[in-house]
Amino acid sequence: MHLHKYEKYWLGLGTIGLIAFLLILGFGAFYLGTHPQSHGELIDPENLEMNEAFREENLGLTEVDEGRYVLNVVASAFNYNLGTDESGTPVNHIELPAGSKVLVQATSPDVVHGLNFAGTNINMMVEPGYVSALEVQLDNPGEYTLVCNEYCGVGHHLMYGTLEVVE
Amino acid sequence: METATAPAKITNVFTNRGTKELSLPKNERRLVMSYMYVAFISLFIGGLMGLLQVLVRSGSFELPWGINYYTILTVHGVILGLVLTSFFIIGFQNALMGKTVGYSKKQLNWAWIGFAVMTIGMISAAITVLLGKANVLYTFYAPLQAHPVFYIGITLVVVGSWINAFVNFRQFYVWKKNHPDEKSPLLAFMVVINMLMWCIATIGVASAMLAQFIPWSLGYKNTINVLLSRTLFWYFGHPLVYFWLLPAYMAWYAIIPKIIGGKIFSDTLARFSFILFLFFSIPVGLHHQLTEPGLDSTWKFIQVILTFMVVIPSLMTAFSLFATFEITGRKKGYGGLFGWLKHLPWKDVRFLAPFIGMLAFIPGGAGGIVNASYQINTLVHNTIWVTGHFHLTAATTVILTFFGIAYWLIPHLTGRKLTKSVNRLGIIQTILWTVGMLIMSTSMHIQGLIGGPRRSDYSDYGGTAQAAEWGAYQMAQAVGGTILFIAIILMVYIFIKMVFFSPKGEEEFPIAQEEDHAEFTPKWTENWKLWISITIVLILFAYTVPVMDVIQNAPPGSAPFDWPIGNS
Repeated sequence: MHLHKYEKYWLGLGTIGLIAFLLILGFGAFYLGTHPQSHGELIDPENLEMNEAFREENLGLTEVDEGRYVLNVVASAFNYNLGTDESGTPVNHIELPAGSKVLVQATSPDVVHGLNFAGTNINMMVEPGYVSALEVQLDNPGEYTLVCNEYCGVGHHLMYGTLEVVE
Repeated sequence: METATAPAKITNVFTNRGTKELSLPKNERRLVMSYMYVAFISLFIGGLMGLLQVLVRSGSFELPWGINYYTILTVHGVILGLVLTSFFIIGFQNALMGKTVGYSKKQLNWAWIGFAVMTIGMISAAITVLLGKANVLYTFYAPLQAHPVFYIGITLVVVGSWINAFVNFRQFYVWKKNHPDEKSPLLAFMVVINMLMWCIATIGVASAMLAQFIPWSLGYKNTINVLLSRTLFWYFGHPLVYFWLLPAYMAWYAIIPKIIGGKIFSDTLARFSFILFLFFSIPVGLHHQLTEPGLDSTWKFIQVILTFMVVIPSLMTAFSLFATFEITGRKKGYGGLFGWLKHLPWKDVRFLAPFIGMLAFIPGGAGGIVNASYQINTLVHNTIWVTGHFHLTAATTVILTFFGIAYWLIPHLTGRKLTKSVNRLGIIQTILWTVGMLIMSTSMHIQGLIGGPRRSDYSDYGGTAQAAEWGAYQMAQAVGGTILFIAIILMVYIFIKMVFFSPKGEEEFPIAQEEDHAEFTPKWTENWKLWISITIVLILFAYTVPVMDVIQNAPPGSAPFDWPIGNS
């Protein structure tokens, strides 16, 4: 196949760009260890309490160490269960100091959901049968809306909460 | 056209150039027109649903009669993403096959059977959606459970398309047998590549339907492997977008050059880029599932690399299109670095609409690179950025090219002329579409970057500041969407005009030819066994381990959930 001189330059530049791009992605993934969520731990969707993290008393935010937190969430149609406060009211607003590291663990007893704290790097699919987990560091103060971004039924847009990162 | 003969000793090339054109007899025209009727009715219904969506999401409009937002969203996605596209594409491809290799009576009958099966499937699925029994959107993710007829209907659409594909394969095979040492017509070659890709890709959705969804929704199976169904869906879902795109490429490579008064840039290059699209369209579906829990990171990354391989044929395509434009302009005597741009027939809608489609593919393709970029995907996954992305690629690049085709194909089929006034209306239509989409798609992209979710009814999310900011962009989408709906009404008007009212005559079916001294096409381009083998090897490489993993390390299956979608 004959290629025009300029076409060789064009494809050559494109190929170099492509290789550079893939190297950067690979560097980020395998050297810096930045992967999208792939936790993949199994769970019985009809018996979430078998996993300690998803027992009613362990849901929501827990400080496990200085500046380190765990946030356990059960996403179901059409609600995020973030645990209850002292008076027994369901929590739908959580606060964290800026700079803290939080491990978000989530699962679903029913259908597929999304879990996105809009404006942060916490964005993952939540599927029945699997535990989704991702650890992120939250540095920027502000209020972030928790939204379901995978269609889960007619109340999909009514699943929300808030996360406030405070100075 | 004419066939040049080269010295007999050269055996590794085809020594014929160009395409002999056949005329489309009445019954073939009727077949293609049947597909076009379905496509344009779908355009109108789907467009109306789109208008309702942007109005609802503006926050100042409520659907009447208790209609659910997710019903109209399902109709919009299914009818535009699956029905309009597949009917237009198969109709157009059938016209190309009739024009280049022809139909026997038997082949034509089978093509009609294919059309009938597709239409029956489409109507039965549509009924379940309209009754609110299938608010599952066009991705029908388990364990949301629609009415079984929805799944059966979609399966029939696929089966009908297979019947059509096998008719196309048969036509091509018979032609090759009757022309043993000749190169196949370029457009027929491209149709066969696209249908091969389609048949291999739809095995995914068909097996999910037959082995999982249909028995599960009928109650023969209690549970479903959710992740397997999603993986099979996206094994099909990504090549689906190439199935939309390749017919647009057919027009760009082999029809637009004729419209601008030029020749095909390189027959070999065009074939080679289609072969590369066959290789790299399918083993890449995991890049739609990057943030899912049950799939291994390494395999996600491998499929990301394979996804990026389409950069090569895309760059080849871009080069040859603009090379054709420049060569044609210079032949007409327009000098200077960019003087050739002036010669392009800007006032011919058959060129203008697809050209804007090509331009839209530059930001569209760049956005696609963002989406597939492993880590960056997390920023935009399932935000309305993605919706903005495919409204550039599918709903601008592909659709404007399809409109560009319709302006000559419909009058050609109905024995009428594309008149000056329809051409002028077409130009207005194209401009309206461009402006509307620019507003709507740009605001979707920005809203997605700041976290706005896709596929959502209007909500203030408890009144957060972020949600208020999203609301402003949703207003902009309502403006853009309204302009787009006006453009759709205009397009439907143009369609009706071209079918029933334009003056009688013979509108040209533009098929570009090669240069008289074009290089001969090498015979390896038609080594079908090799191309299919490489395709299958790549798929087995990319999917065997992840799919085995999903099956072997499966969690307890999911029972059906019908109440979340209001289907209990």
